[in-house]
Amino acid sequence: MDFSWLTHFDSFVQQMINGISIGSIYALAALGYTMVYGIIKLINFAHGDILMVGAYVGYFCVAVFKMPLILAMVVAVAACGVLGVLIEKVAYRPLRRAPRITVLITAIGVSFLLEYVMVALVGAESKAYPAGSFGGGNLMLGNIAVDIQRLYVVGITIVMMIVLQFIVKRTKIGKAMRAVSSDADAAQLMGISVDRTISFTFLLGSGLAAVAGVMMGAMFTINPLMGMQPGLKAFIAAVFGGIGSIPGAMIGGVLLGVIETVVTASGASAYKDLAAFVILILVLLIRPCGILGKNVREKV
Amino acid sequence: MEKLHTNQTGGPVAGAPENAKKKMPPWLAGLIGLAVIVGVYGILKLLIWTEVISIYYADYLNLILINMILGLGLNLITGITGQFSLGHAGFMAVGAYTTALVVLNTSGSLVSILGGILLGAVLAGLLGLLVGIPTLRLKGDYLAIATLGLGEIIRIFITNTDQKVLGGSAGLSGFPIFTTFEMAFFGAAITFVVVRNLLKSSYGRACVAVREDEIAAESMGVNLAKVKIMAFVVGTFFAGMAGGLFTGYMGIIQPKSFDFMKSIDILMIVVLGGLGNIWGTLVGAIVLGIVNIFLQDLSSVRMIVYALLLVIIMLVKSGDTRFFVWLRKLFNWKKWTPAFLSKKSGVK
Repeated sequence: MDFSWLTHFDSFVQQMINGISIGSIYALAALGYTMVYGIIKLINFAHGDILMVGAYVGYFCVAVFKMPLILAMVVAVAACGVLGVLIEKVAYRPLRRAPRITVLITAIGVSFLLEYVMVALVGAESKAYPAGSFGGGNLMLGNIAVDIQRLYVVGITIVMMIVLQFIVKRTKIGKAMRAVSSDADAAQLMGISVDRTISFTFLLGSGLAAVAGVMMGAMFTINPLMGMQPGLKAFIAAVFGGIGSIPGAMIGGVLLGVIETVVTASGASAYKDLAAFVILILVLLIRPCGILGKNVREKV
Repeated sequence: MEKLHTNQTGGPVAGAPENAKKKMPPWLAGLIGLAVIVGVYGILKLLIWTEVISIYYADYLNLILINMILGLGLNLITGITGQFSLGHAGFMAVGAYTTALVVLNTSGSLVSILGGILLGAVLAGLLGLLVGIPTLRLKGDYLAIATLGLGEIIRIFITNTDQKVLGGSAGLSGFPIFTTFEMAFFGAAITFVVVRNLLKSSYGRACVAVREDEIAAESMGVNLAKVKIMAFVVGTFFAGMAGGLFTGYMGIIQPKSFDFMKSIDILMIVVLGGLGNIWGTLVGAIVLGIVNIFLQDLSSVRMIVYALLLVIIMLVKSGDTRFFVWLRKLFNWKKWTPAFLSKKSGVK
């Protein structure tokens, strides 16, 4: 273990920005998990793979059609939104009244389907976005060099969160989402189309995952199995913050990113992934409802 | 699953004396069971000996038998007791590494091999107990993710510990391929008998009750924690045993053999055979074994087939008939679709 980064102010700031930017990506993906879980009580295992599809759509837009990254992001959001809605319609909707274990197995199946169809389509090898497609270089804050990409990630995430908050809190469909998540049957009696609301939730969640996917792809490399790790991490982040809670997912994501960066910066990068799972198990045992979640008692 | 219920509650109500006449004394049933096992063993051995089953496929048969053990263990946890575990490969890894270490550090005689497998199974079961006590409080999806996390923790731990002890990511090797057909076959037979007898006992009925409705089971006096942990420990014990046999089958073990994919492979066997159906698990292991022979070189196609099967089986099982309607349209097989399915789609 090496904690010398703590004593140097500049490396401390750099590590924190790294952590927050990774955490932002987790947070964006965690929002999809938490919204879907909140509304149909399903762990959408395929969510990480929707992120992967988003990264690939973005890649083809940038590398083949020479689009600017921001436009690629819009295309990826649209494509993944449609994909998410389609998956829900085909695979999850018929199982709405089925036992949870059945739906969970289906979700795992969908996840593997997306991964290996992608392997069959584009091959298993890693690809990288064209250099410079996501800006580059460093920004000097005093004498601290900060990677501009990381700042973009944080900025885009904040914009996304504001948009999401607006949709959920201020629009009619957002109100419907909240109503369905608190009681689907009552919402239906009030004239809310539950099916359409659930579709919209998938659209929104998948779109956010696509944004996270394009940013991840532009920062690192992409491959068809890239969605699995961030998918699990994002789920852990959602549980950490309190599953079903939107602010919880944001806080959980950023905290998880920071914790991982601290573990990596302290010289234990091999145990980075371990940290996330240990957090998950501890949270589940000590406070299963997460940081912001509400403890719901089971009714007979 | 449904079969179980009809056996207990359905069927015509027979008079008590008639029922008693039909019932076999337990010792006779046990003897017949033993005879069937020995008979199957004899037939398979004969087929191998006469090379009707070639050496290549005989070797493959061992893997299928090991997969049966894994599937039966997971079926007890997930299918029968309803506790969704996605970390089965982690417990398998514990058994595999224990056996490998025992064989590497002893003479490698038959006694040390069997002792190693047993020790591996016991350690996996102990870990299952240790982990089961806190995690089995979690419900459904949370348990799935916690066990998934646990499997990953075991794998990452093995990869990153001192290379001299567990071999790191390169794994352990240097021991002979010691798993014989006898070991795999009787391993699978013992597992099947234990799980089957457990299922027929009051413990087994308690397990099914927990799966069907925890609250109702608890109010009938079933000790939820005890039943869940019992199922989990027995299941992980057999996962450890299968891990030991797997070590001897492969001749080399690496942490990546025990990743999440392996857990999904095992889940696939159980789902294909039918959750809660132990005969189905045997069939599932055989069918997937055959599918794997054909798709060995096409691992991405294999995974696509697996994924599609998972989704379709779950949809069909939940009464979704779109798949059959679609098939019928595709092949224009009006007669092919079973009557009960077309009836169902008519109602919809």
